[in-house]
Amino acid sequence: MSFDIQVNGRPFDTEPRAGQCLRTYLRERGWFGVKKGCDAGDCGACTVHVDGEPVHSCLYPAVRAEGRSVTTVEGLASRDGELHPVQQRFLDAQGYQCGFCTAGFLMTTAALEAERDTAQDDGKLDDLPRAFKGNICRCTGYRAIEDAVRGVRHTERPCAGKAVGRNVGAPAGPQVVTGTARYTFDVEVPGLLHMKLLRSPHPHARILAIDAAAALRVSGVVAVLTHEDAPGTLYSSARHEHPTEDPDDTRVLDDVVRYVGQRVAAVVADSEQAAEEGCRRIEVTYEELPYVTDPEEAMRPGAPVIHAGKGPGVRIARVENNIAGEVHGEIGSVEDGFAEADVVYEETFRTQRVQHASLETHGCVAYFEPKEDGTGERLTVRSSTQTPFLTRRALCALYGLPEDEVRVVAGRVGGGFGGKQEMLTEDIVTLAALKLRRPVKLEYTRAEQFYGATTRHPFTIGIKVGAREDGTLTAVQMRVVSDTGAYGNHGPAVMFHSVGESFAVYRAPHKKVDAFSVYTNVVPAGAFRGYGLGQVTFAVESVMDELARRLGMDPLVFREKNVIGPGESLHSPIGEEDDLHIASYGLDQCLSVVRKAIAEDRSAEEAPEGWLIGQGTGMAMIATGPPGGHYADARVSLLEDGTYDIAVGTAEFGNGTTTVHQQITAGALNTTEDRLAVRQSDTDVVRHDTGAFGSAGTVVAGKAVLLAATALAERLRTLAARHTGAARHLCVLGAESVDCAGRLVTLKELYEAGHALGAADELSADGHWGGSPRSVAFNAQWFRLAVDPATGEIRILRSVHAADAGKVVNPMQCRGQVEGGVAQALGATLFENVRTDERGEVTTAAFRRYRLPQYADVPRTEVHFTETSDAIGPLGAKSMSESPFNPVAPAFANALRDATGIRFTELPVTRDRVWLALDRKARNIGR
Amino acid sequence: MDLHTIADVRDARRREPWRPGDAWLGGGTYLFSEPQPHLRRLVDLSRMGWEPLVRHEDGSLEIAATCTIAQLSRYGRRLLEAPAAPLFEQCCRAFLASFKIWNMATVGGNLCNGLPAGPMISLATALDGTCLLQAQDGSLRGVKVVDFITGAGRKDLAEGELLRSVTLPGRALECRTAFRQASLYGLGRSGALVIGTLDPADGSLAVTVTAATTRPFRFWFPLPPDADRLRTAIDSAVAPAEWFDDIHGLPEWRRHMALRLAEEVRRELATPDGTQEGAR
Repeated sequence: MSFDIQVNGRPFDTEPRAGQCLRTYLRERGWFGVKKGCDAGDCGACTVHVDGEPVHSCLYPAVRAEGRSVTTVEGLASRDGELHPVQQRFLDAQGYQCGFCTAGFLMTTAALEAERDTAQDDGKLDDLPRAFKGNICRCTGYRAIEDAVRGVRHTERPCAGKAVGRNVGAPAGPQVVTGTARYTFDVEVPGLLHMKLLRSPHPHARILAIDAAAALRVSGVVAVLTHEDAPGTLYSSARHEHPTEDPDDTRVLDDVVRYVGQRVAAVVADSEQAAEEGCRRIEVTYEELPYVTDPEEAMRPGAPVIHAGKGPGVRIARVENNIAGEVHGEIGSVEDGFAEADVVYEETFRTQRVQHASLETHGCVAYFEPKEDGTGERLTVRSSTQTPFLTRRALCALYGLPEDEVRVVAGRVGGGFGGKQEMLTEDIVTLAALKLRRPVKLEYTRAEQFYGATTRHPFTIGIKVGAREDGTLTAVQMRVVSDTGAYGNHGPAVMFHSVGESFAVYRAPHKKVDAFSVYTNVVPAGAFRGYGLGQVTFAVESVMDELARRLGMDPLVFREKNVIGPGESLHSPIGEEDDLHIASYGLDQCLSVVRKAIAEDRSAEEAPEGWLIGQGTGMAMIATGPPGGHYADARVSLLEDGTYDIAVGTAEFGNGTTTVHQQITAGALNTTEDRLAVRQSDTDVVRHDTGAFGSAGTVVAGKAVLLAATALAERLRTLAARHTGAARHLCVLGAESVDCAGRLVTLKELYEAGHALGAADELSADGHWGGSPRSVAFNAQWFRLAVDPATGEIRILRSVHAADAGKVVNPMQCRGQVEGGVAQALGATLFENVRTDERGEVTTAAFRRYRLPQYADVPRTEVHFTETSDAIGPLGAKSMSESPFNPVAPAFANALRDATGIRFTELPVTRDRVWLALDRKARNIGR
Repeated sequence: MDLHTIADVRDARRREPWRPGDAWLGGGTYLFSEPQPHLRRLVDLSRMGWEPLVRHEDGSLEIAATCTIAQLSRYGRRLLEAPAAPLFEQCCRAFLASFKIWNMATVGGNLCNGLPAGPMISLATALDGTCLLQAQDGSLRGVKVVDFITGAGRKDLAEGELLRSVTLPGRALECRTAFRQASLYGLGRSGALVIGTLDPADGSLAVTVTAATTRPFRFWFPLPPDADRLRTAIDSAVAPAEWFDDIHGLPEWRRHMALRLAEEVRRELATPDGTQEGAR
């Protein structure tokens, strides 16, 4: 039987497999622009046109494409390369961040434009919430996408040396909109083997035996790996500059499983199909063990001990109580503080499990390539990671390899949000690759993201605050229980961070904390945007609002009275951090933005009749980098053709740091961004980089780039002076050439001169930054809401966000970070919820069961930046990636309290729960 | 997603004997959305050549199981001349899925999935539809849509039995209709979906409750009832456990919304202008 199909005008005749979907058929033919976001028809990233009709190719039976003509994003531009108008508009508006969903939005929009004014047109292009029902973007919050569809231009091309502070477009933009940006899995590796994981059906069990004989008989299966093949080494999947921050409680494959979904064995085969069949044939004998899924129960005496037998060397705080980490501290005496107070308020708040839901799933491809020095081969791991250098370090430690035998590289990463500050696939793929000496790939399914990766830590926060009648805080006390799940990756660190800045931002003479990071037999939690602060901020900002109300004070006035001011030192009951300073202070301006919004706001008039109206604020402080050092090396070099090369270790996953690094360099070298190329996220390009986490891309890696670029500018002027004999102070660097007292030396000439003078070293400069000292950034969010008491429906009438990002290097991108953070936080506020059953098994392992904010759910947020300039950050800039998330949930809950009179203490606040609370309140009053 | 255990796709026109591990392949939008490790063969209905929508002489409308949602939407918007026509588009838009899925998903697939939020179940129940089912031996039987769906994901369908079409009687298409939907999210999956149909021939009112309940409920009144009677009828017919409990809404809220939307539907249809209480 012959098969024929046209893809982007090219014929293909390979017959698809019977159960194959069109998405994988296209990718196997090299059309990598077709992405897998969910593989279930929910996210739209795989949208293609079949005979002109847009379809989700992950659901389209490939056999049905017989005789049809398929267009992918690669076929959208004209043959001579001229962009489709929709591509151009997405580029001009920068309607993307990580870009993983972009092909789907482009193909959907292009189809709607083609349908415009035809008989098929039912008005979708004028109704984007409906048009984009099946397209999920996790990064942008959709405003940038709306602007792209509507043709709003944001990107600018500033002249030489003027890039900082302007809306320079991301350098990868042209690749993103044409589907040619290469993400983790967008590579062809000859002889590639595929890995699938067998996962535990039990929350806690000892593996007594594994019989892999039947699996090994499956045609195509090459190997089955079990705990007997894995090193005995204990480590943490969390990646930190200092591995000692996390307990070493994990094995590559363990003989004890501690949650439903933990990997039990890996099958490697020449196809995913065979690997999957192999997994089904493995017979495992388990001895089921008692389990515990509630953190409070887990701490009680007699609870099942999840990491029984692990000694003190692994840094688990109290193995027998399932406590991964804990901290206790007191400043002054809260007992005295509450005695001094006129009003004391106490409440318990709870936050749920949330998934990062980056559209690109976890995974990596490991292969061997010749070493540059010709001494054999080395292992290269291409991974969807935020931390290539730390992952290399961990792999080397785990398998006893020298660093020059392992290269870790990230392509463009399809979203991270903290989830990829973790080694979840590289360890086991490396095990297989080393054993087989063959290339191996593991690509998570969307379902595995939910039960086999990590989540945000669910928190329970008992909080008690006291204040005098005049509104002065006297005491703040918290008991924080964070559920780290079966493993302690990031558990203690998240717990520490959660009670740092959240305590320090309020001035109170008496503060006390007891915090616990607790093991349970549930999918592990890990790093997530905000790193614990968002959970505790929900509690702190809710109680400050409530306390103000009880005192009869305006919550804003109450805050202004009690927040720390410029120049003050930061006090948390867990102790001081010596290197943390308020190197710029914009909190007053943030609160002013809110005050002004309230004063001028007329949005209440838009509320439907009979709906309850309320407004509320939340605010947050965050350190501009992680504690304990965050290192970045950068090198900027002049190239032979007169352009520059920037080498930097940090990864790009839509955060926009590549653009910022170009802008910083363009400013320092008085050039334009088209003369700068960035090489990044590869352990080959620089010595070290801690990674793209802790909002470090601008303030740490950017600072290293600034130091390198500034040093290079000085070197080039010195070289030009030597070359021409002009006085050094008369040599001025320009985009094309150096003006040496009137004589123009082109950069190409200068490059040659450098070599001729034996000063080739002077054509490059290195920069290094250690991430210390650190400053703090501030955010405030304000909402006005309308609530329908009859249904629980909530409408956001207005959303205003103030961000103290210091000097903003790229306002368009920074605004995008804020909007995306607000949207992601709204998801966690309104509906996102990784639900687990009584055995800790995840029951919401698909986007149709785990609602992500869609176009229809996200309001436009007005973003205001403060006029501040930081004394520590590069060019006065501060971090602004994680922090916009943190004040959103409490601002929403405070507005809901204002509207309904009900204090919601548990997230998410879905319509049904809001209605139920209102109904109960109404009926109690009626009695 | 790739369905790795599928070894073969057979053309349904060949009428080969049904085997364990076979499944009918309609649009594929459900089958390909979740792993199906129990399946070995797909029996493809896409070449059956069934006319998607046939208006019979008696005024009834026969919708082929293979009719896509996109075809149904276009038919309802542009071709069907009947008072109930707007309901077609309203129900299509009640899909959680994108319009792009409409190009592949079929009416029959939605019915046979039997999910409480299936909007084709809502449409076909409200318009008093009857399923035509074909057994492996070729014998045919008819069953009302309201009886076809027996619970969440449960339906009156034997192994290998095929849903051939669903027919909506001409009289139902002549009804004035009212539509209400509630979801936890903007444009999200239905947590409650209520449709009213007022028959101009005799003034009878039918109120159909779906999505809030584990199976569709259709309440028929010879004349529009008052608010209390409608409420009592619904509340006494739907057992407490039949208010659907899943992640898309608490049962208490679904019950509240269903009763509320039913009352809105009643008001809209009980009076000629739909704005206030009727005086009948």
